[in-house]
Amino acid sequence: MTYIGQPVKRVDGYDKVTGKAKYAAEFNVPGLTYGYVVSGTIAKGKITRIDSSRALAVPGVIQVFTHENRPHTAWFDINYKDLDAPPGSPFRPLHDAQIKYSGQPVALVVAETFEVARYAASLVVVEYNEEAHETSLEANLDEARDPKSGMADLLKPKPPKPRGHADKALAAAPVSVQTHHVHGPQHHNPMEMFGTTVVYDGEQKKGKPHFTIYDKTQGAPSSQLYVKQIFGFSSDQVRVISPYVGGGFGSGLRPQYQLFLAVMAAKELKRSVRVTLTRQQMFTFGHRPETVQDVALGASADGTITALKHRAVGATSQFEDYTEVVVNWSGMLYDVPDTTLEYQITPLDLYSPLDMRAPGGVTGDHAIETAMDALAYELKMDPVELRLKNYSEKDWTVGDKPYSSKELRECFRQGAERFGWENRNPEPRATKRGNVLVGWGMATGIWDANTLPARAEAVLTVNGKLRVSSATADIGTGTYTIMTQIAADTLGMPIDDVIFKLGDTDMPLAPFQGGSFTAATIGSAVKQVCTDLGKKLFKLAQKSKGSPFYDADYDEVRFADGHMRLKKDPSVTMPLIDMVALNGGRSVSETSTSIVNPLKTSNYSRHTHSAAFVEVEVDEDLGTVTVTRAVSAIAAGRILNPRTARSQIIGGMVWGISSALQEDSKMDHRYGRFMNHNLAEYHVPVNADIHDLDVIFVEEHDEIVNPLGVKGLGEIGLVAMPAAIANAVWHATGKRIYDLPITLDRVLY
Amino acid sequence: MSVKTLTPPAVQLAAKADTRGPARPMPKPGMVTFRINGESKTLSIAPWTTLLDALREYANLTGTKKGCDHGQCGACTVLVNGTRINSCLTLAVMHDDHEITTIEGLANEGGLHPLQTAFINHDAFQCGYCTPGQICSAVGLMNEGQAKTEADVRELMSGNICRCGAYPHIVDAVMEAIKK
Amino acid sequence: MNPFTYARPDSVDKALGELRTNPTAKFIGGGTNLIDLMKENIEHPTRLVDVNRLPLGGISELPDGRLRLGATVTNAETAYNELVKTRYPLLSQTILAGASPQLRNMATNGGNLFQRTRCYYFYDTSMPCNKRQPGSGCAAIGGYNRIHAILGTTSGNADATSPTACIATYPSDMAVALAALEAVVQVTGPNGERSINFADFHRLPGNEPQRDNTLEANEIVKSIDLPAKGFTENHTYLKLRDRSSYAFALVSVAVGLEMAGNTITDARIALGGVAHKPWRKPEAEQLLVGKAATPENFQLAADNLLAGAIGYGHNTFKIDLAKRAIVRALGEATN
Repeated sequence: MTYIGQPVKRVDGYDKVTGKAKYAAEFNVPGLTYGYVVSGTIAKGKITRIDSSRALAVPGVIQVFTHENRPHTAWFDINYKDLDAPPGSPFRPLHDAQIKYSGQPVALVVAETFEVARYAASLVVVEYNEEAHETSLEANLDEARDPKSGMADLLKPKPPKPRGHADKALAAAPVSVQTHHVHGPQHHNPMEMFGTTVVYDGEQKKGKPHFTIYDKTQGAPSSQLYVKQIFGFSSDQVRVISPYVGGGFGSGLRPQYQLFLAVMAAKELKRSVRVTLTRQQMFTFGHRPETVQDVALGASADGTITALKHRAVGATSQFEDYTEVVVNWSGMLYDVPDTTLEYQITPLDLYSPLDMRAPGGVTGDHAIETAMDALAYELKMDPVELRLKNYSEKDWTVGDKPYSSKELRECFRQGAERFGWENRNPEPRATKRGNVLVGWGMATGIWDANTLPARAEAVLTVNGKLRVSSATADIGTGTYTIMTQIAADTLGMPIDDVIFKLGDTDMPLAPFQGGSFTAATIGSAVKQVCTDLGKKLFKLAQKSKGSPFYDADYDEVRFADGHMRLKKDPSVTMPLIDMVALNGGRSVSETSTSIVNPLKTSNYSRHTHSAAFVEVEVDEDLGTVTVTRAVSAIAAGRILNPRTARSQIIGGMVWGISSALQEDSKMDHRYGRFMNHNLAEYHVPVNADIHDLDVIFVEEHDEIVNPLGVKGLGEIGLVAMPAAIANAVWHATGKRIYDLPITLDRVLY
Repeated sequence: MSVKTLTPPAVQLAAKADTRGPARPMPKPGMVTFRINGESKTLSIAPWTTLLDALREYANLTGTKKGCDHGQCGACTVLVNGTRINSCLTLAVMHDDHEITTIEGLANEGGLHPLQTAFINHDAFQCGYCTPGQICSAVGLMNEGQAKTEADVRELMSGNICRCGAYPHIVDAVMEAIKK
Repeated sequence: MNPFTYARPDSVDKALGELRTNPTAKFIGGGTNLIDLMKENIEHPTRLVDVNRLPLGGISELPDGRLRLGATVTNAETAYNELVKTRYPLLSQTILAGASPQLRNMATNGGNLFQRTRCYYFYDTSMPCNKRQPGSGCAAIGGYNRIHAILGTTSGNADATSPTACIATYPSDMAVALAALEAVVQVTGPNGERSINFADFHRLPGNEPQRDNTLEANEIVKSIDLPAKGFTENHTYLKLRDRSSYAFALVSVAVGLEMAGNTITDARIALGGVAHKPWRKPEAEQLLVGKAATPENFQLAADNLLAGAIGYGHNTFKIDLAKRAIVRALGEATN
């Protein structure tokens, strides 16, 4: 392989550093109108009056849409279900007078310019009849219940039934720890605010209107389906395009309300419409839910864990049962005979939560891995030793299946060595540097390694170039680049002759980008379709007049340097561009579907693993915590591109620092409203917060997960970091802080 | 579900709907001439158009990004007379006769600006949305001449949030450009 | 943002004339706060008067040893100015601890004085706020008030429904150093020129929380003058916040000391992030004069400075944190 495994530079790099890369709100067309959303101000109740008259009086205002005058849309809930909808009844923008959460869109002003729309939006008067609301999870823990079942369970399995008697084992354990964790809500806050540009293409076939929709989404097909179902469009009426996405982190897994509003307005007004949310409005749809967790671990004196309990309650909305996998990971990491894993949800007057990078995983991992650290100290064992002692060789949560691959031991070994872990003094508060305390902590991470079915197309163009496409997304992960590498290697072409396209519903169907499954999923489809195209090219060559491949089988040829060659006699060769001529001067194309063999994969538990080692400095007088250095050792199967892979892990580590020390959406429960809804007060790290981050990719071969041996990197860099940081803070200060984020006041008081 | 949160008295005093009286007359657009990326450009815009919106919506220069529209992220960073600023917090009309440089104006016939090349080489971005702001900010930083060390760069690049977390690579790229 | 007209006068008289003829006109300098507030529908000027091209620039030494900072000089130009760096390093350090490089390149010295609070409830127009909408109540009291004031609020005003209650803080860093340096704000207006001591420039909420400062209508800031004494040897600005940079202070401390050996002969301590104005208490500073630079003496001053501070729940930690910050800052300044 020439390109796979090489640090190829991002193929979209040029576009991104020159400003040529266009995002959803950047497709400008003549006659474009601008929508501005009016947001509700109460958490629950009814709109009693909306007065749009002053807004409508502003010159340049075209229409003000409210629940009172919105055009008819589909009636049934099912039509509003996107491909990532949890069980329940999806939120419908401008549906009726009911207010379900604070910040709900209540009107859309459409005007000839952005400035006019913004101004007119401020003139819309909304009056409400308020009802009492409930937004506090901690105050409503007694309302927790089991989530409803649904499609979501496929990718988010419910906890396994308890095995053994965890309580009894816990009571009998000579050493035990119990921990309690509260995590506040978090918002994804990708840098690009949600926006949709709907281009009204006029009436086309049979007088039906056509729309080209540039949407910020992690899955263009999901946006298209959503719009079709709600507005009754056929596939040939809507094309959704999303070539670049300014960050997703899960926020683009579901179509957001600006898509609905923009399409509604464009359809009704027969105009092109752009609706972009404000940063404040970025706090008015999905978020990582608030969670409350309890962990109990019991162990024998030699460090064998004998009892494990992990319970989590997450918040959801009143209209959908959003769930996460929070507690199952504990069972996967530690094969404890007496284990109880429980997960429940509490509906509150909020918008439905939405998967946010390593959803549930980073939440549960922080709880189990800080409890493990506490247990290690009680046992006077090194934290790595404790984990090795209880290393799981199989995954009992899915029925005692072996792991398809699990190089976690190597993660511990290489990570510890790089970090210098052997020099750690086990006692907390033992290390000082100047006037700050220094602490070292570590934690294990785990995430899924799924491969879903997907389709891709490969075309040998008339110029002899290879164009491969699939309707997936690249939210910054490097999909464009690694797919180009896979395609180039599969058909043996120079990488500059290969182009990979994505983010367009005219392309073959692919799942949204998320869950760390895109590299494996789309990579498999790209490999498949390029292989299939190769077979087609072989047949073309074989049946040509006087073909040197006349007697050959497909197995006897290989593709390299832009040629097809006989393996046994490489001098027998044909340039790929000649195949175009053999095809009558036309391009040669193939479309394929890749499906991993379920018989092969379903007998295994398929996961990535990591070990994070962190050093913090804590100024004990002032409470400030600095992550001075961190090492993440990652076992994630084959690394397609170490350059983009490293970036993904570094990004995940920054998210870990963010989650551990900064991020917290603060709600005023009197109003049921997030109050720090801006980037000045919702803190995410800036450059000055980030110091020495190091990444190790541990070699891991996995023939099971998919033909590429790829496991995915989107989440695993984040998972272990918050726990490792919290453990390091304890090691520095001797103080266990089990809630997140660890702000300076939590260190001090 | 039981009612556990009581509505505080302050809610009754909650901000009344807008009290600013009737709609005001629209501002008249006027001609504003600046030099954008070395070319003189005259746009018909009203005073309430920010420099950011003027670039993106009126001049079709969408390389400059809107990440928050409130000076809290740095995605909109451009250079005005060589100085980096947040284009979202200034009005276009305040900049007539000024030389505006955006991401689209950094490369020349000789190719990419060294910082653009360094950003590619160090993989100093992922989604790319903050990138034009980061690069313009780094050009401004070099013009200022205050950053000598990695720690300086970290602090003086802190006005540009990268949610993908590419910071270590951004520092590497900027340091490489500074050293050259 | 509401519609407005725009003017760019070339003289101070014309600028003042704009405000005289239109009471809803406003000056715009860097715009970094005003435009933000206009987008949030908090400020609604009908006319913006651009002061950036008025002859109010420059940083110049005055004959009596003072240093004059022009109102339209940017924060960045001020921080990196050689005279400021050498004669008032505390000011330079403080400015550079605030905002971001881009914002410092825009924000002017004059405009910095008019920054409005970052109170979440002030910024959210759906919320009661006596500062934004007098008489509507103070939602920060009893609400999420991590960034709010602990000093200069009155216990009588702790009722959220009081029409004058306000626990907002003034967010500027620069002003904390200016308070410590005892800067003087030079203004001019219909009644001619006057000087305002920095301690009198910003005000406590009192019965008019909507008023941030004591500038009269139709006055304009011409310059900020720094007295000769610059505390070049013993000074520090310590800023505590929820991230390392580009964040407002939870608590900040500007310290300027004069020392004779290990004995403190003059002391200034100004706090940021804790009150409706930069907070000083001469009595606490006097406790240090003639004393040795010891942690015990620092603690006495800190305790005195924070005496009477009131916490409102989420911000109560700031009372102790401020003391810790003062002790640390004094320690750093005397090292």
